[in-house]
Amino acid sequence: MSGVSRIKEFNLPDLGEGLAEGEILAWLVKVGDMIELNQPIVEVETAKAAVEIPAKWAGQVRSIFHPAGSTIEVGTPIIAIDTDPGAGPIEESTTGTPSADLPTPSAASLAAVEVAPSEGAVEPGLIGGPAPGGRTAVLVGYGPRTTAAKRRPRKAGVPAQATTAPAAPATAPAPVPVPTAPVVAAPANGNGHGGTRTAGPVLAKPPVRKLARDLGVDLAALTGSGPLGSITREDVQRAASGTVTAAEPLTAVAATTAAASFGADREQRIPVKGVRKLTAENMSRSAFTAPHVTEFLTVDVTRATKALDRLRGRREWRDVRVSPLLLVAKAVLLAARRHPMVNSTWAGDEIVVKDYVNLGIAAATERGLIVPNIKDAGRLSLRELADAMTDLVQTAKAGRTSPAAMSGGTLTITNVGVFGVDTGTPILPPGESAILAFGAVREMPWVHKGKVRPRQVTTLGLSFDHRIIDGELGSKFLRDIGDFLTDPEAALLAWT
Amino acid sequence: MAKGDPGVTTRGRRAAPRSKRAASAAPGNPELVQLLTPEGERIETAFGPDGTEYRVDFTDEEYRGLYRDLVLVRKLDAEATALQRQGELGLWASLLGQEAAQVGSGRALRSQDMAFPTYREHGVLYCRGIDPIMPLGLFRGVNQGGWDPNEFKFNMYTIVIGAQTLHATGYAMGIHMDGKTGTEDGEAVIAYFGDGATSQGDVNEAFVWASVFNSPLVFFCQNNQYAISEPLERQTRVPLYQRAGGFGFPGVRVDGNDVLASYAVTRHALDNARLGQGPSLIEAYTYRMGAHTTSDDPTRYRIASEVEAWQAKDPIARMKAFLEKQKIADADFFADLDEQARAESVHLRERVLAMPDPEPVTMFDHVYPNGSPELDEQRARFSRYMESFEGSAH
Repeated sequence: MSGVSRIKEFNLPDLGEGLAEGEILAWLVKVGDMIELNQPIVEVETAKAAVEIPAKWAGQVRSIFHPAGSTIEVGTPIIAIDTDPGAGPIEESTTGTPSADLPTPSAASLAAVEVAPSEGAVEPGLIGGPAPGGRTAVLVGYGPRTTAAKRRPRKAGVPAQATTAPAAPATAPAPVPVPTAPVVAAPANGNGHGGTRTAGPVLAKPPVRKLARDLGVDLAALTGSGPLGSITREDVQRAASGTVTAAEPLTAVAATTAAASFGADREQRIPVKGVRKLTAENMSRSAFTAPHVTEFLTVDVTRATKALDRLRGRREWRDVRVSPLLLVAKAVLLAARRHPMVNSTWAGDEIVVKDYVNLGIAAATERGLIVPNIKDAGRLSLRELADAMTDLVQTAKAGRTSPAAMSGGTLTITNVGVFGVDTGTPILPPGESAILAFGAVREMPWVHKGKVRPRQVTTLGLSFDHRIIDGELGSKFLRDIGDFLTDPEAALLAWT
Repeated sequence: MAKGDPGVTTRGRRAAPRSKRAASAAPGNPELVQLLTPEGERIETAFGPDGTEYRVDFTDEEYRGLYRDLVLVRKLDAEATALQRQGELGLWASLLGQEAAQVGSGRALRSQDMAFPTYREHGVLYCRGIDPIMPLGLFRGVNQGGWDPNEFKFNMYTIVIGAQTLHATGYAMGIHMDGKTGTEDGEAVIAYFGDGATSQGDVNEAFVWASVFNSPLVFFCQNNQYAISEPLERQTRVPLYQRAGGFGFPGVRVDGNDVLASYAVTRHALDNARLGQGPSLIEAYTYRMGAHTTSDDPTRYRIASEVEAWQAKDPIARMKAFLEKQKIADADFFADLDEQARAESVHLRERVLAMPDPEPVTMFDHVYPNGSPELDEQRARFSRYMESFEGSAH
C-alpha cells in the first residue's frame, strides 16, 4: 500500500450553512493517537456554534496542521490520519516521528488552495465551478468562495458562446424547437472566456452601477474585464483612482530586510472582523459626523464612597453588588431628567428628544468592546438599577449579550477607571448625544474645609454632540453629575 | 389539574369543562398519558382528558421490535450528524430524544394511512419502510428528496414550517369526499409538526378546515420544548393539546418519550379518524436532546440542568429497563442489536459517500413537467458552456 493513499487529510468542512472559517478551540487527540471512526477529534467554533468534529476515518493521527486558537478557512487541511498504521512505516523523510512541530499539509492540497480565481475563470461557488472536495457546484453559493479556487481549464478553440446552437444534448427533452435567439458573438480570447463587448448597452451589475455613480465614473467610457466584457467593481475602482498600480521595484526593500528585519516576519496581521469591525465602523462614523466637545470635572467623591458603604451595610442590600459606577449611573439619570436635551438624537432636520433613558454601559469582554444598555433606566429604583447593572455585566462577560440589549441606547457611561486611568475623551455611540467617561477613584490631596486632606477624588469626562448641546447645557449637565457625586444625599433631597 | 378531578381519575366519565382545566394547568406542567415510566415500570391503563382509556397489548416479539426501531433510528441519526460534521452533508436535523414519539406514532400507522412529515421525521420514515439513505440525498444536496410519496404513503419532507398541515388537511378532505372513511379499514392521515409551528397561521387554518369538514386527520405535534431557540412559553399560555378544544376537536397530551403510550394514543386517534369521527390533536411531550439543526448551538439558550433532567426520561433507556426487568430480552439480544446498528450505520455511511453528484444540467429537468421553449434554450446553452471545459464528456 502506498503512503500517499493511506494517509488521509481532513479538510475543515463548512459546519454551518455558508460559513467561511472556524476557530480551533481544542484538539481532543494528539499526534500518534490511535482513533476510531466518529471519535471526537477537535472542537471548532464557527460564527454559529461550537461543535466537536468526529473522525472521518479510523487510524493513527499522523499530523496536526494547526494549533488550538488558530482560525482556519473552510477547506483547509487540519489533520492527517494514517488509515492503515499496521501496514508498516511509510517511505518518506518525515515518516513516523510524532513531533510537536506543526507540519505543513501535502503539496497537492496546498496547490489547490493557493490559486486565486483570475478574472473570467469559473469561480468556485458558481454553478459548474469547483466545490470543496473536488465536487462540482450545482447550487449558487454552494460552499465558500475563497477556498480550493482552482480554475477548470477550458478546451482550446471552443468558443464560449457559439452563434449557432448545436444539437441539443441527450439529456434535453428534445422535440420543442429552439428559437434562434440573437446571441452576442464573442470569440474566445487568450484567457478562454468571454471576450470584449461589441455592441449594445453597457454590461454591469447593479451594485457596480451604483458604485460608478457614487464615484462619478462614466461606465460607457470603460472597457470591461468581466465575463462578456461586463464592467467589474475593480474596473470602476481603477478608473476612479485614475492609476493602474505598477509593480514597484522591490530590490531596495529586500536589501533592507536582509540586513535588519522590519518586515513581515516581525509583524502580525489581524483580520478585521466581528466586534472589532463593528466597533471601528461605529467609531469612525460617529467621530466624523458628530462634532464632539469634551469637558472635564474633577470631584471629591469621599461622601459618595461613604454613602455606598452605608448602603452595603443595610440588610436588604446585603447580596447586591454595589460599586461607584452605580452612583455614577444614578447621577447621570437624575441629571438627564433635569436636562432632557442631552438625551436626544440628531436626525438631520430634527432633534429627537427622548423621554426614556436606555443607559448604555461600555463593557470590555473577550470578544472586544460591547455597549449593552439598560432599558428605561430612568424609571428604575436604585436597587433595580443595581440588579440590572450586575445582570448586564455578567451577561456581557459570559458573551451572551443579545443584539436587542445592544441596540437603542440613548446615553452611555464608559468606566475607564477600571483600567486605572484618570479619564478620557470618549467618542459618542452613533445616535447618542452624550457619553460620560468615569475615571479611577484615587486618594489625592484635596482642599477640604480650608485644609489639604487626603480625599477620594475622580475625574469625569463628558463628550457631547455640539450640534445639539451647547457649552452651557453640557456644562450644567456635567456639573449636576458632579454635584450628585460630591454629596448624593443633598442632591437627592434637592432634586427629587 | 387538582387531584380528584373527575376528568382524569374516573373511568368513562366526561371531563370537567375545558375552561376549568385551562385555568389550572400551566403549559409546562403536563398531564401525560403514560404507559411506561422513565424507570421502566409498565402502567396497565392510562386515561385521556376526556376519559378515553389507553392500553397496549404487545407480544414479546413486538416489544423487542419497538426497541429495535428506537435503537436503529437513533444510531442512524447519530451517523448522519457525524457525516455533517465531516463535511459530507450540508445540514442535518437530528431527532435525538424524539425517537419514541416517532416510532410509536409511525408504527401505529396502517399501510393505507398517509403521513405528512416535517424535515425531522426520520423515525417515521424508517417505520414507513423507506430506505434511510433517501433523506440523506436531500441533505447532501444531490437530489430533491427522492422517494415517491404515493408509493410509501409518506409525503416529501417539508422544510416550510407548518405548511404540510394544510397539505394534509386537503388530502384528508379529499379521501373523506372519496368515501374512503367510515369503516374499520378506512384510511386516515397524520400530519407532523412541532411546538413552534402551532404559532403559524397555516397550522391554525388547518385546524379550522379539518374540524369543520370533519376530516380524517390526526395532528401529531411533537412538543420538543424549543422552536430553534424559542422556549415553549413563547408559543403558548395553555398546554398545546388544549388548543384543540377551541377548534372543536379533542386533544390529548402523551408522554412523547414513551413509545407504548405514543403508539396507543396515535392508534386510537387514527382509528377514530378512519371511522369518520373527525380530527384530533396529539401533543407528544418530549425534548429535543440535540441542536435544532447542525447549524445551531443549543448551549447558548438552554441550561445544562434542564438537559440532564430530560436525560433521565430517555425513551430508549426506559424501554431497555422494561425489557430487562420483564426478561423479554437478554444480553445477547442487546449485543446483537448493537452490532446490527453499527453495521447499518457503517453501511449507510458507505452509501452516502458513494452517492453520485448530479449532472449540473439536470437542474433543468423538473422545473416544468413538459419543459418550455425558454427552458430548453437555457438548457442547450448551459450544456454548450459545460462542454467548453477540458475533460467534459463531449
